[in-house]
Amino acid sequence: MTNPEHDQRKLTRRDLLHSAGVAAGVVIAAPVTNLLAQAVAPKTSATVAIPVDASRVPGLPSGTLGERSPFEKPALAPLGITTGATNTPHQNLRGTITPADLHFQRHHNGIALLDPVKYSLMIHGLVDRPLVFTLDDLKRFPAETHTYFIECAGNGRAAYRAPKPEMTPQDVDGLTSNCEWTGVLVSTLLREAGVKPAATWVLAEGGDAALLSRSIPIAKMLGDAMIAYAQNGEAVRAANGYPARLLLPGYEGNMSIKWLRRLKLIDQPNMSRDETSKYTDPLPDGTSRQFSFVMDAKSIITSPAAPERLSSPGWRPITGIAWTGRGRITGVDVSVDGGATWAAAELLGAALPHAHTRFQHMWQWNGKPAMLMSRARDETGYVQPSVAEYRRVRGPGTDYHFNAIRSWRVAADGAVTFNG
Amino acid sequence: MADRLIYRGNKILNRVVLSIVLFIYCAACAQADGAPIAQRRPRYELGRAPSAAEIAALDIDVNPAGAGLPEGQGTTATGATTYALKCAACHGPSGEGIDKSPRLIGTVPPPGFAFASDASAPKTIGNYWPFATTLYDYIHRAMPITAPGSLTSDETYGLVAFLLERNGIVPATMVIDAKSLQRVVMPARRYFVRDNRLGSPTFR
Ligand code: HEC
Repeated sequence: MTNPEHDQRKLTRRDLLHSAGVAAGVVIAAPVTNLLAQAVAPKTSATVAIPVDASRVPGLPSGTLGERSPFEKPALAPLGITTGATNTPHQNLRGTITPADLHFQRHHNGIALLDPVKYSLMIHGLVDRPLVFTLDDLKRFPAETHTYFIECAGNGRAAYRAPKPEMTPQDVDGLTSNCEWTGVLVSTLLREAGVKPAATWVLAEGGDAALLSRSIPIAKMLGDAMIAYAQNGEAVRAANGYPARLLLPGYEGNMSIKWLRRLKLIDQPNMSRDETSKYTDPLPDGTSRQFSFVMDAKSIITSPAAPERLSSPGWRPITGIAWTGRGRITGVDVSVDGGATWAAAELLGAALPHAHTRFQHMWQWNGKPAMLMSRARDETGYVQPSVAEYRRVRGPGTDYHFNAIRSWRVAADGAVTFNG
Repeated sequence: MADRLIYRGNKILNRVVLSIVLFIYCAACAQADGAPIAQRRPRYELGRAPSAAEIAALDIDVNPAGAGLPEGQGTTATGATTYALKCAACHGPSGEGIDKSPRLIGTVPPPGFAFASDASAPKTIGNYWPFATTLYDYIHRAMPITAPGSLTSDETYGLVAFLLERNGIVPATMVIDAKSLQRVVMPARRYFVRDNRLGSPTFR
């Protein structure tokens, strides 16, 4: 990083609200690009000063939010999407938890803004007692807290279909994120309503402008399925389903219906658009796989990765994330020679079920070209497949569940590019 | 004597039953996922019963057996008018799709349902959708995307008739309503299979 003394950096007004009185080293200006700020206030800009020596002048007073350092600007991308996806910048993240404001977003008709006071969740269909719950009701049930990834079934499509050297971890696999979720088990609510024996599926429906709906097997709903109202300890973010969303651990993200308004117990799947026309997987044998709920084991190196450039030879960690819809990650292998040889990476912290697990492998780069790869294994014995195997089994035109091994090319000058 | 034997037998049986119960109970306690605790919880009797009208207002889904299809009807002719007015701007006058609005019409499936070998093969109602009832359900809940929920059931039936007819699935003369729609068999239905990936570590 360059010396702040010579550095002109952009800051938002909120970064800098309290900058008055700071000895000026550098003056910085930038527009506010926050969702709510855009919705309620005109764009604005301000300046802040970065002191030459922060130990010689008093620092900033506290503000209403703990802002990121003005030097850190992780950002979702692409922006302005209402029917499409916005990716998590994995190249900016190091642990396992995705900050809530960097959780990926996938909407089918924009971000719904729901009033928590008017919010209600209805349970009906094949139940003994149809019920309506307010948000307050949901919070009065015993809560559960779990760390889970949510991954869009389409994560990795662009990287598979049209890989480009400049693709970053965000571009390649930015449609998976990992938060701590708190809420009530669906099974707790279903016990209140009383499940009739004929109920084999549950239709879940969102209250957004897509009224997104999916059919979910009753076993999942009586198992670990939950309705989350908190994300990383605070209310679920608007774009992630505020005030309450369904969360199906390990299942494709589309089924974890955001802005959940209704659960209907039914005796056959509804065959909604998102389980027929979409979220089905064409296969080379001329069929299409339906109800492919569980996300396959997968991993991606997040550093070194594009757009990084290795400054010099020597030691550094190869680090990334691994996850599996089948439960726990049991190991990640790393290769620096394009898959010719593999070494077992270290897993950082506990490998939680249905959660991102961080891995690292210390690597002494010798300054020569290298090809970095990671390969995840899970507790069922499943091993992440190579691109060649993936292509043979799933075909070049398959539509979802892209979990082939990703590789990064390191050039002699230290440039890192995506290699498919 | 005989009584005492029975008594002792009962005592042994009781002990066996008790230890089995304790064993199961402790095994359940040992599980990390908390399920046994949840099973021992009472009903909390929160929430309230919705009125029939409240349920009806949200109960809009339609299933392949036709459950949920409302009264009303439409034809290719009424559908063509609605389509030109409310859909063509995005999906194109002939359902060819524009930008992010997908192609809706296309009657020629690639030979052998070869979508996996050809990523550019457009999936349409004619060559990919397995159920006709999905059309009613989806259009009525989600389209037009700028005014979802604004279509009447007659308009929706007409659009379904129009899209099915242009995809070569029903004749132009067919009236689409709750009864006729559930009988429409989609050409792509036979290609859909259930998930076979689980229960084995093999990559499928
Ligand atoms: C403002 C643009 C717009 C208008 C108007 C519009 N649509 Fe759409 N339509 C879209 C978009 C965008 C999607 C994709 C939504 C998604 O994938 O979540 C879509 C999806 C669909 C689909 C699903 C296609 C598939 O293969 O899954 C159908 C069917 C459809 N529209 C029918 C209609 C009908 C009928 C009308 C007229 C009543 C209509 N649309 C009006 C933009 C529009």
